[in-house]
Amino acid sequence: MRVGVVTFPGSLDDRDALRAIKLAGGEPVSLWHSEHDLHGVDAIVLPGGFSYGDYLRCGAIAAHSPIMTDVVDAANRGMPVLGICNGFQVLVEAHLLAGGLIRNDHGTFIRRDQKLRVENTDTAWTSGYSVGQEITIPLKNGEGGFIADDETLAQLEGEGLVVFRYVDVNPNGSLNDIAGIRNARGNVVGLMPHPEHAVEAGFGPNTSVAMKSGTDGLAMFQSVLAASIFS
Amino acid sequence: MTEHIPDTVENAAATPEKDQPFHLLGLKPDEYQQIREILGRRPTSGELAMYSVMWSEHCSYKSSKVHLRQFGQKVSPEMTKHLMVGMGENAGVVDIGEGWAVTFKIESHNHPSYIEPFQGAATGVGGIVRDIISMGARPVAVMDALRFGDIDHPDTLRVVNGVVSGISFYGNCLGLPNIGGETWFDSVYQANPLVNALAVGALRHEDLHLANAKGVGNLVVLFGARTGGDGIGGASILASDTFAEGGPTKRPAVQVGDPFAEKVLIECCLELFAGSCVEGIQDLGAAGISCATSELASNGDGGMRITLDNVLLRDPTLTAEEILMSESQERMMAIVTPDKLDAFLAVTTKWDVEASVLGEVTDTGRLVIEWKGQTIVDVDPRTVAINGPVYNRPMEYPAWLDALQADTPDRLARATDGDELKRQFLTLLGSPNEADTDWITNQYDYYVMGNTALNTPDGAGMIRIDEESGLGVALATDANGQYCQLDPYVGAQLALVESYRNVASSGATPLAVSDCLNFGSPENPEVMWQFARAVEGLADGCLELGIPVTGGNVSFYNQTGDVPIYPTPVVAVLGSIDNVARRLPSGWQDDGENLYLLGVTADELGGSAWASSVHGHLGGHPPRVDFAAEKALAGLLAAAAHEGIVTSATDLGTGGFIRAVADGVLRFGVGARVWADGIVDRDGVDLTAALFSETQARVLVSVAREDDVKFRGLCDGRHVPVLRVGVTDAQSHSLELQEVFTVTVDELSRVHRGTLPQRFGAVVGG
Repeated sequence: MRVGVVTFPGSLDDRDALRAIKLAGGEPVSLWHSEHDLHGVDAIVLPGGFSYGDYLRCGAIAAHSPIMTDVVDAANRGMPVLGICNGFQVLVEAHLLAGGLIRNDHGTFIRRDQKLRVENTDTAWTSGYSVGQEITIPLKNGEGGFIADDETLAQLEGEGLVVFRYVDVNPNGSLNDIAGIRNARGNVVGLMPHPEHAVEAGFGPNTSVAMKSGTDGLAMFQSVLAASIFS
Repeated sequence: MTEHIPDTVENAAATPEKDQPFHLLGLKPDEYQQIREILGRRPTSGELAMYSVMWSEHCSYKSSKVHLRQFGQKVSPEMTKHLMVGMGENAGVVDIGEGWAVTFKIESHNHPSYIEPFQGAATGVGGIVRDIISMGARPVAVMDALRFGDIDHPDTLRVVNGVVSGISFYGNCLGLPNIGGETWFDSVYQANPLVNALAVGALRHEDLHLANAKGVGNLVVLFGARTGGDGIGGASILASDTFAEGGPTKRPAVQVGDPFAEKVLIECCLELFAGSCVEGIQDLGAAGISCATSELASNGDGGMRITLDNVLLRDPTLTAEEILMSESQERMMAIVTPDKLDAFLAVTTKWDVEASVLGEVTDTGRLVIEWKGQTIVDVDPRTVAINGPVYNRPMEYPAWLDALQADTPDRLARATDGDELKRQFLTLLGSPNEADTDWITNQYDYYVMGNTALNTPDGAGMIRIDEESGLGVALATDANGQYCQLDPYVGAQLALVESYRNVASSGATPLAVSDCLNFGSPENPEVMWQFARAVEGLADGCLELGIPVTGGNVSFYNQTGDVPIYPTPVVAVLGSIDNVARRLPSGWQDDGENLYLLGVTADELGGSAWASSVHGHLGGHPPRVDFAAEKALAGLLAAAAHEGIVTSATDLGTGGFIRAVADGVLRFGVGARVWADGIVDRDGVDLTAALFSETQARVLVSVAREDDVKFRGLCDGRHVPVLRVGVTDAQSHSLELQEVFTVTVDELSRVHRGTLPQRFGAVVGG
């Protein structure tokens, strides 16, 4: 299965996402922001970083880059799309996902190993988890506070569109401890924490077993590969 | 608006008597005379601008050169074995095997960081990263060594917040993991914080690039951000002048950084290198175009012709002199063969990076710059970049030093019971310089790139370079201003061995050194003496350890009024490890392991954390240095890591043995039971010295029981003194110093982690 990773100017975790896809058993494909070409990929990851320097609003300019029209079309046809951190912000700006992301309530950039609860496994990216499973994934952002108006929030909660929730600590003031959400169809998922930084023992978060041995993010990339086998 | 009429070479020759404001540009009268003699006429205003910045202390090293020569003279064959590029280039390059090389350098951005902490620190990161790119390398990590004023001074919060968020903002946006560093608070840095930024990059041997302009007819291309009015005179006016009390603030001379532009520039440069589009390359930092053109020409065929009108400007009203002096960030200058220009521009266009051809390489031996059709600069570039003034500044043994050294810690009261020792231990552990720095490092991304094998709070940071083989590098920075104040020669060596030992404790083998020498005014003979002694100590130490200084930076004028900072030579040591999977963390994670102390303990409390945090005392002599013991220890640790027979290694530095035990416990929250009577009995010291002495060449290691015999055999074979001092205990949730005191892990953590948040704000998640 070919999984594309879009590099925007200012993308930072694109290489990490490509590595994660490879470690999960997929074929990683680099995509370039200014091309209208998805290179025949079966799924797409929008990686973390500071696309276009986060000028205007995080993800706002990237959402209007040429490749995004193709990404939006593909997503509307049902192609799995995952937005990580800045990628989540891009998906929100592109109206593929609801809500918005604002500056952390404490005002500073924060990097920490974050515990999450998987709330929904009926998506292309979370089928490898079980509902209620707690996982630890690195989080690193300055503008990760999830917001939505009351109606949208009620809809997200009511229709089971919340995919990940922060556990123990809400690191940025997100409403309802929301860390990640999906679209109604379940092919588009966005989250602030970084699953691609928890895919390889030796370079992930600490666990009680050994330092940096956490690989809880790998299942996200394996999920999409499994999804393609069954579809 | 009146149009600025440029001063031409013709005009300068015709008006020899014109009064020039050389003193406002930081030049001394004799230096100005020297320029007139070199040119055989008065300089044009553009030439004056160039000479003034390039002859500034910051760019020319005019006061330090005569001392720094030792780094090139005190060299053994062992030291050059792995060296691909030594001092003098943008950064040194070290061969780490398997066709890989790494380049690293540490540099100061002290003065701008006091005036405008956020931008000062941010552009410090940006500048050092461009030095790394200039060598043809992909930057792979950054570190920072910080010194702030008294933690309780009202201005400290402003500087700390600004500096940390500046580093966080710029480094995080560049996508470079921040893997370590150090932070000290002391009132001597109150109006002179130190921001020393380190960057390391990796490259294949064949990708090495140098800063020279060779090949007559090759093009000189300026690319990256446009040139603006920021940072004009930053080099000469800011970095080379002492802040006068009550003087005007110097904010306009601080540069403003855009990490997005730099991130794009990095990727653009790497693609240019990959496509062999570049012959020589130089980043634009201090002194901007003046520096880049004169250095590239000096290091190449010797001549260059530049049309300054071709510089893309952010502000069209800039004068020629301002363009020459601007320190606008995120700019690079490349030498490109004419046939490669189209390929070059294709890459810059792909990355939306602006580029313009300024001129070409010549063999005339002259750097000629034209502006609006007239020649405004015509100089021998070597007189600008290389053969600037050199000062043998007067030195004087500090009048106060004998008294300071005579005031030894012997007079300080030592604890007589366990409760008092416990109180002293917790006071030390929570003191600002020993406290946990999560409040700072939680604002840095160390995950990006996915290759970080070790990071703060481990003593060294470690990065995987080759994803297939696991080949990696470890880095540590250290400096102890208190030690250096007591004895700059020994103090500099202590920074070296501490950094060396931190790298060795990670399981890596130390290979090379970069230094950032932060001192007061060189015009103060006592400061000059401190500087000379520190450099001598460092050069002698490197020779003893067999690792070369590959580059670095000198920062003088770190003082306010007449009060200089403590001499603060920050030493960064780089080491390599054949597989980062064998790395050693600085604490244990498993139950029932034996704890061993390597090395012997003497009663050495001069300049110690115990003396300063418990007694508010600084005096006596710093600990002795034993290079042979350090080398033996490093060899042992590398072998033990390679064989996998130690599970962790914690360097003993400030705070001594008990502080290292606390580090080991706090690393993963796993308790330990330790005893100090073995140290007391074997080494003939009292309990205070056993716990708090800062004797060097000591490391605490944890060893799984099944490896015990092998480990003891290794120590015996290598003649490293070893003593069993405790066991790890996951059930106790405490640090027990047998028959003396017990502290729970929770209390340790509260004391150690509370200090910074109490002053600066909560840490997310506690």
